[in-house]
Parts: sequence; C-alpha cells; structure tokens
Amino acid sequence: MKSNKETIKKVWKYIEKYRFQLILSIVLAGFTVALTLYVPILAGRSIDCIVGKGRVDFAGIFGILRTIAIVIVLTAVLQWIMNAVNNRITYNVIRDMREAAFEKIQKLPLSYIDSHPYGETVSRVIADVDQFADGLLMGFTQFFTGAVTILGTLIFMIMLHWQITIVVLLITPLSLVVANFIAKKTHSMFRLQSETRGEQTGLIDEIIGNLKVVRAYSHEDEALRDFDEVNERLRKCSLRATFFSSLTNPGTRFVNNVMYAVVGLTGAFVALSGGLTVGALTSFLSYANQYTKPFNEISGVITELQNALTCAARVIELIEEEPQIPDAPDAERIENADGNVELEKVYFSYTKDKPLIEDFNLSVKKGQRIAIVGPTGCGKTTLINLLMRFYDADSGIIRVDGKDIMHVTRESLRRSYGMVLQDTWLKAGTIRENIVMGKPDATDDEVRAAAIESHAHSFIRRLPDGYDTVIGEDGGSLSQGQKQLLCIARVMLCLPPMLILDEATSSIDTRTEIKIQEAFGRMMEGRTSFIVAHRLSTIREADVILVMKDGHIIEQGNHDELIKQNGFYAELYNSQWKR
Amino acid sequence: MKQLFKFLAPYRKESILGPLFKLLEASFELLVPMVMKAIIDTGINGGGGRPYIVKMCIVLIALGLIGMLCSFTAQFFAAKAATGFAADVRHALFKHLEGLSFTEIDRIGTSTMITRMTSDVNLLQNGVNLTLRLLLRSPFVVIGAMIMAFMVDFKAALVFAVVIPVLAVIVFGIMLITMPIYKRAQKALDAVLKSTRENLGGIRVIRAFCKEYSETNEFNAKNEALADIQKYVGKISALMNPVTYVVINAAVIVLIYVGALRVESGVLLQGGVVALYNYMSQILVELIKLANMIISLTKAIAGGNRVADVLNEKSTLVNGTLKNGSSGGSVEFKNVTLVYSGSKEASLEDISFEAKPGETIGIIGGTGSGKSSLVHLIPRFYDAASGSVTVDGTDVREYDVNALRDKIGIVMQKAVLFKGSIRDNIRWGKPNASDDEIKEAIAAAQASEVINDKEGGLDYELEQGGKNLSGGQRQRMTIARALVKKPEILILDDSASALDFATDAALRKAIRDMDNAPTTFIVSQRAASVMYADKIIVLDDGRMAGIGTHDELLDSCDIYSEIYYSQFPKEVRG
Repeated sequence: MKSNKETIKKVWKYIEKYRFQLILSIVLAGFTVALTLYVPILAGRSIDCIVGKGRVDFAGIFGILRTIAIVIVLTAVLQWIMNAVNNRITYNVIRDMREAAFEKIQKLPLSYIDSHPYGETVSRVIADVDQFADGLLMGFTQFFTGAVTILGTLIFMIMLHWQITIVVLLITPLSLVVANFIAKKTHSMFRLQSETRGEQTGLIDEIIGNLKVVRAYSHEDEALRDFDEVNERLRKCSLRATFFSSLTNPGTRFVNNVMYAVVGLTGAFVALSGGLTVGALTSFLSYANQYTKPFNEISGVITELQNALTCAARVIELIEEEPQIPDAPDAERIENADGNVELEKVYFSYTKDKPLIEDFNLSVKKGQRIAIVGPTGCGKTTLINLLMRFYDADSGIIRVDGKDIMHVTRESLRRSYGMVLQDTWLKAGTIRENIVMGKPDATDDEVRAAAIESHAHSFIRRLPDGYDTVIGEDGGSLSQGQKQLLCIARVMLCLPPMLILDEATSSIDTRTEIKIQEAFGRMMEGRTSFIVAHRLSTIREADVILVMKDGHIIEQGNHDELIKQNGFYAELYNSQWKR
Repeated sequence: MKQLFKFLAPYRKESILGPLFKLLEASFELLVPMVMKAIIDTGINGGGGRPYIVKMCIVLIALGLIGMLCSFTAQFFAAKAATGFAADVRHALFKHLEGLSFTEIDRIGTSTMITRMTSDVNLLQNGVNLTLRLLLRSPFVVIGAMIMAFMVDFKAALVFAVVIPVLAVIVFGIMLITMPIYKRAQKALDAVLKSTRENLGGIRVIRAFCKEYSETNEFNAKNEALADIQKYVGKISALMNPVTYVVINAAVIVLIYVGALRVESGVLLQGGVVALYNYMSQILVELIKLANMIISLTKAIAGGNRVADVLNEKSTLVNGTLKNGSSGGSVEFKNVTLVYSGSKEASLEDISFEAKPGETIGIIGGTGSGKSSLVHLIPRFYDAASGSVTVDGTDVREYDVNALRDKIGIVMQKAVLFKGSIRDNIRWGKPNASDDEIKEAIAAAQASEVINDKEGGLDYELEQGGKNLSGGQRQRMTIARALVKKPEILILDDSASALDFATDAALRKAIRDMDNAPTTFIVSQRAASVMYADKIIVLDDGRMAGIGTHDELLDSCDIYSEIYYSQFPKEVRG
C-alpha cells in the first residue's frame, strides 16, 4: 500500500497541471449531486400531496412538478459539462504521460534500450497507459460524484430524520470493510496478471516479429507450445484477478439490501407513530439507496484504480529510469571540427565481469582514413559506440580536436560525425523525409544532388511518387540495398567533418558500389573517416589499418607495412585466396 | 466478428449459467419495491402494524442474501468464460498468424499483428465479461420493472411503455455515432504505437543525427491527435447520462401526475405511487449502467472486429500432400516468373536452370536483381506466377510444406536468434539434436569460439533477438542452425556478409567437407564467395544475365567480369 501512495504522489504531479479544471469538475460534481439529491425530496413532497381518494392536492403537485422539471434540466447540463471536463483532464494527463515516457526513451542510455525487449517498453507506453486512463476516468466520473453524493445524502437525511440517519451510519462501514478486504486480496493478483501479460507480449513480439524465420524452420508447433504455456498461466491468474475483484459488487450490494430493510423497518415504525410522512419515508429510502450506491461504485472503482495504479507504476518506472548523464553545464560545442581524434588508455566493457576493450590507444590526424578490420566480434562496433558516445568509456579519455568528449555536448559531437550503420534504419514517411534527417532545411535540389551522388536517385525516380513515395515501417518494401543507398544519401546530404562507415556497402551490388566508392572518395577528402570494412579495396586505400582482436588493436599500420609484418593481417589477407 | 462466438462454445455452460444466475438475482431485486408497497399500504396506511412490517423486512433481507449468492455464482461463470475465451482467442490468433504465408506477413505488418494479440484481445475479454454479467441483466431489469409497473396500475404504467423505447433510441443512437469515432481513436493509437516501436529500433540513427527533438515533436503530434479524438468522442458519449436522466425524470413527473389522477379516482393507493416511482428509479440506475457498459462494449466490438479481420486473412498458400518424396537435393527451375502481390512488375522473369545433388550454385547480381526472391522460391516462401520449381523431380507445390522445408536449410539475410540457450536455438534446425551434433554444426559454421568464450557454452542464455551476441556471431549461429539439420539443400542468402574473408572461406570448405554435402545455394555480393561454385547464376533486374563457371563467365558475361574486377583489381591477383 505504501508503494501505492508513492505512485499516487507521482501521478498527482501529472494531474496538478489541470487543477483548475479539476476544481471546476469538483464544483460541478457538488452542484450536480446537490440537485440530483433534491429531486427525491421534491418527489416525496408530491407523494404527500397524494394521500388518498379525494385527498389529492393538485395545485401543490403542479408547483412541485414544475420545480422538478427545472432542477433536472439544470442537472443534466451541469452533468454533461462535468463529464466533458473529466474526459479532457484524463486524456490530457495520459497524453502528458506518454510524452514524458517518449522523451525519456530519447534520453535513456543505450545500455537500457539494448537490454530491454522493445515489446515490453512499447507495452508500457501503450497498453499500461491505456489501462491507467480507463482507471483515471472511472476515478474522476465515479469517485468524486460518489464522495459528494455520500456527503450530500448524509446532510439531507439528517434534515429529514436524524435518528434513522444514525442507523444508516452504523451499517455503512460494513460495506467499506467488505470492499477493502477484497481490494487488498486482489492487489497481488492484478500485479501478477500485469507481469504475466508483459511476459506474453515479449514472447509475441519475438515470435511474430520474426515470423519468417519461424516459418522457414517449421518451428510453429514449438513456438505455439511455449506460447500456450504462458497463455495458460495468464488465463489462470486473469481468472483469479477477475473473479475475486468482481465479488466486491455483490458483497456491498447485500450490505445495501440489509440497510434498505433496516431503514424501511425503522422508518415504518416512526411513520406509524406519525413522526414521518409516507412521502418523507419514500425520500428517505431513496437516499438510503443513493447513499450506499456510491460505496458500491467506489469499491468497484477502487479495484479498477488498483489495477490502474499498478499500470501507472510501470509507466512511471520507465519515466523515472536513470537517464544518460546529461551534458555538463559548461560543455563546449564542437563546430566545424578538424577531425583530430585521440583515444588514450580507454577501457570499456558492457558487463563488469567481462572486460572488452582494454588500454586502447589511437591517434588519428585530420583527414586520415582508418580502416578497422578483424574477425567478427572483435570490438569494432564497440569502438563506434564509444566514438559517438552511445556508451561512455569506463576510464580513459577520447578527444576530438583536443577536447575531451565528456566535456562536449553530445549533440555537437554527433553532428560532427556522419554515420552509416550496418543495420539500416528508415522511418515510416516519405523518401525525402528520410534523406533530410541530418539537414531538415535542405532544398529539393540539394536532396536530389545527394541522391544522385549516392546513386539512390535512379531507383527513387522509378518509385510511384518519386521522392514523395511513402515507405512503411523499417523501409517497408525497399530492398536491403536500396535502404542502404538511402542511408548513404542521408549522410551525403549533410557531410559532417568526420565519417563512420560500418559495413556501409555490404548489401549493395558491386557495380553501384564502384560509383559509391568514388563518391565516398570525394566525400572523405579532408575528412577523418572510420571505416569498418571487409572490402580489400577499401582497406588497401586506408591510411591506417587497425587490426582488432578481442578488443585490442593487435596491429596498426598501412597495408604494405602490415603485409611485411607477416602477422595476423597478412594471414587474413592471404586467406581469401584459399579455396 | 461472428466467428468469434465459436470461441465461446467450449464455455457454453458458463455463458448460459452466468447470465441465468444474474437474471435470478435481478428478479429478487425487482420484488423489493413490491415489498415496500406492502409495507406502506398494508403496514402503515392499512393497519397491518409492527409485526407485519417486521415480517416484510425479514423478507427484504432474505431476498438480498439469495441475490448475493446468485451473483457470486454468476461472476464466477462469467470470469471463467471470459478469461478462457480470451486465452483461446489468443491461442487461435497466434496459431493463425504462424500459419500465414510470407505474402500476408508482408502485407499485415508485425506491429499490427502484435496489437491485435495484446490490447485488442484484452478489450474483447473485458467485453465478454461485461456482456455475460450485465448485458442481459440491465434490459431484463428494465423490462421487468415495466411489467411490475403494469401489475401495479395499468394506465399509469403506460408512461413506461412510452419512455423505454425513447431511451432505447437514444442509447443506440449515441452508440452508432460513437462507434466509428472509436475506430478512428484506435487507429490513432496504432500510430502512436508504431512511432514508439520505430524509435526504439532506430535509436542509434536517431541519436547519430541528433533527431531526438524532432522525433519527439513528431510523436507529440501523433499523441496530440490521439488525445483530440479521445476528447471529442468523450464529449459525445458524455451526453448519454444527462439525456437519459432528463427523459427518466420527465417520466417521473408525468408518472406522479398520472398517479395523482388515479389515486383521486380511487383506483390506486399511495403505496402504489411509491412503487411506480421506485420502479422508475430502478430503470434509471440500470440505464446508466447500460450506457457505461455500451461504451466498453463498443470498444470491445471494435477490437473484436480487428481480431476477426486478422483471423479472416486466409493463407494464400495451398498446401500439398506429398510427405515422403525421393531425396537427393536436386533443384530445377523451368521458365519461372515471380510477381509479388500488390506489385505490377515481375521480380523474376523466365528463370531456368538445374542444380544436381551436391552441387554448389552461386547467385550474384545487383541490388534488387532478384537474388533473394530466387532462393525464396525453393522452400516455397512465395509461389511462382508461372513456370515451375521442382525439388527432387517433384513440383514444390505438390509437397507438404513442412516436408519440403525439412529438406532445406536456409540462412536468411537478417540473422535472427531467439530468447533461450544456444542449444535451444540450434535445435530449431533439428529438435532432437545431440550436443555432439550441435557442436559439430557450430564448428562447421566457424563459431566454436562463441561457445568456448561464453559462460556455460551451449547453455549460454541468449537475450531476445540474440542481442548479447555480436552481429557476426549471430550470423554464424544462424548458419549452425541450418547446418545441424544436415539439409539436402542449403541456402545461404547473403548470409556471409558480416563474416570476414577468412571465415567465409573456411565456412565454405566446411560445407563442402560435410558427409552427403548438400546442394548449396550461395547468394552473395562478393565474387570471392561464389567464384568456386560449380555454377554461377548472374542476375540483372530479375533476368538471368549469364550462367556458368567462373572462367566461362569471365569470358562471356560482361556484368560478371565487371563485378569481379571491381573487387579484385587486376594487379593484386598476382
């Protein structure tokens, strides 16, 4: 329950922004309820005008009925405004939460994103927030009106007959006890349900996301078996949570019925001795009903809120996740970097117990081409993670133009690099939007020029809408090579002073590649370039070849020097001629 | 939507008993105003006195107690049916999605499939639960209250007969108006979901281009659009309660007036008016419940429709029957043309060649030249539009798809591994493979160092997508997964791209040295990977630009020699 309190506190921060609307909603709730409660009194009075044959006071009835008419129209209008306001608050709050969650995703260290399944994070931003919205809306529409109704009826009842009111007050706590008891019992069940659901979403994401592989290996049955196992667990815990939480309503309703009977009994006794008219008894019974109904609703709402809070906690957990270390307040900007890069005694590992990069030293002069070669898994991608500050080194210093990159804004550092990664990534949108990522204000001519230079123009031209063709998620129907050409065009357009090319041309046919290599050559002129490459032509033209193995640079030099050394590189180089 | 009902069939007993107990409970509730009428007319006004009142109050409590027990029973049946139903629908959806052919997978898209399986099914579950609990109960109480009213006084009860249809029109009218808007809201939510997924996947590129800010703006715009629709639809459905409230209370006014006339003419007693008034109140309460429920139900129906849409996707692949054909691993293409659905142009045109058992076929060509499409026809991921693909003398369409794919080991361009141990992952290729077989396959895939380095070796647990391995390690693991099968046909779809030359060469040698070496298709951009193949197919824009050995092609095929010399400058060849 304590964790609930904290969650509520945190959720309140999001609601606080709309406190004026909230106050309006509460005021409206007060008025609506007061007016709603006034109707039974009026109705009771009108019934007292109908005592029996020949004892009907028509003039009185007309007056009262007219008042009722005015009251109900007013109530309806206020109620509608209140509901609309509640809707507004709820959807604004969850919009803000999603915004905050998304902003946090943009600020999270990559280590978080690399180590959490996307499906789980997505489910927090989408499904959990949705569930929370449902709970919040219910909370607003029923919790407030409920609370005000309880208060209002209490006052009206005391006005009618305070002794019977005491009877009512004695019985109601029972209802709360029942509700509270069930809420407590179901909390852990909802938590389990939410967790199991997350687990299942993760599995669905993995299998359905890679359905083609599953199909290729006829692995459907095994996958289905795994799925069914989680599915069965979810069914069981979902049944428990649903059933036990749904006991609240009948339980509290029974308490109400007892109350109704007791009020009927005492009321009738008092009426017999003339202390109460039949009309007043009717009003009283009406109130007794309305007084306890909110308790039912509130207890229903409490289970819903319980569920909502669990979801909110999961979202907030994401929002409060430790972000990457922000840029130092006195961080410098790198503008038009020359491209001198130095690494000094750099140590780095993804997990503490497995050192990956140790005592890494490298000095790159402006305009040099650095080819990084080595067996797969030797730490090439890791080097890029460090250069771009996707990850921070454990110790040691990386300098660009003599400035420690820890004291430079990430934004200006990253803008200084143009990067083409092995995993091409395109966003859903037009071809143009994808190309102008690095330079949003590029003119059509510039975009075209960049596309022509990266040889993407010819295939773009053939697409149905040319540069305005909308491509789907992750490039949609484009081939791997076409995607890569677009990624190259993207860098070609903004041409930063330093380049990182990771397997940049691995899926592009060699005819196009020759032309790209030329363009790259021009692009790389005067620019420091880090190239993770397997292509001999690229490697041979490099100023420095870094031969990496197990995170260390084991050899360093140009092609001829390394061949002469007759070491690991020479072995690699010669192996390609083997059959 | 209708076909979803069949998932309730196993829970027929629960689906009938649940509402039935609910109705029983509601019937007891309907008796309450009658008892109160008796208390007023007989107990207070009629001289029945205290003993009569006490007796009636005991009746009231007894009614409540039985009602509660009925309700408990009903809730249990409803919960059991709803959760069971949802689990069955998820199971069916999962199985159905698994059975779709590549054509449908391409079209539907994975993020849509995932939302259908998660949030839409959840909506459905809530909908079923609500339906079983309340859908019958509320109308029952409404109609029941009306009938009881008629029993109290026929003429006064005519008011009910007018009011209830009016209310029904209002409730259904609002429902009809809001339904399409809820659909739009769900679409907006889909867009938000897509944006989130996309950003997680592309986080490196987004940060490299410093697009965090603009991506956030874009997300906010979609998020705002969603909030706008939700607020709009909220405004409309918020009309439901006030409008019903006005109608009901207007009816109360008329009722009291008519009641007064009837009492005046001596047909009705005061308690009767009270009972009529109470029934009207009961109707109001039920209608508010019904209105709230309809909002949830609308959402559930919309979700149900989307689920049904996916279930209605028929796999375009018609399965064959042949399970045990001849073996060997020969492959033949005869005038094959391939057109992807939704595309006007052919991706492959008039492809013919033959691969004998044990041969190595290299496939080389430019981007989009159709290399992957060609090999995807062998395991029948797609069907040829014309011409035929035969494996071991039989058209692939005659095979049972699983039997066909059992013969084939394919390594795809994108190296995908799954959560679980390395052993589990390799066993995808052969479920009962022994550790020795697995290690042998891993060694052939040049990945022994991975299991030697990783803690636990074969027991090393991979994260989702195999993210705790490097790209190259993942790729070699997927190769091992194909090799452990000892397939008759092995397809390497540009799968050596993350491997260095030495590893690539060693891998090819290991495959050649396997017992019963498979017929191997190597799709590659690199001439070095295919130059020693028995036959090399050169593709250009979906057509065969040449076929033959390395030496033949170097002489006769311009495209091939151009590719070759670009990668092996003449002076280096020594």
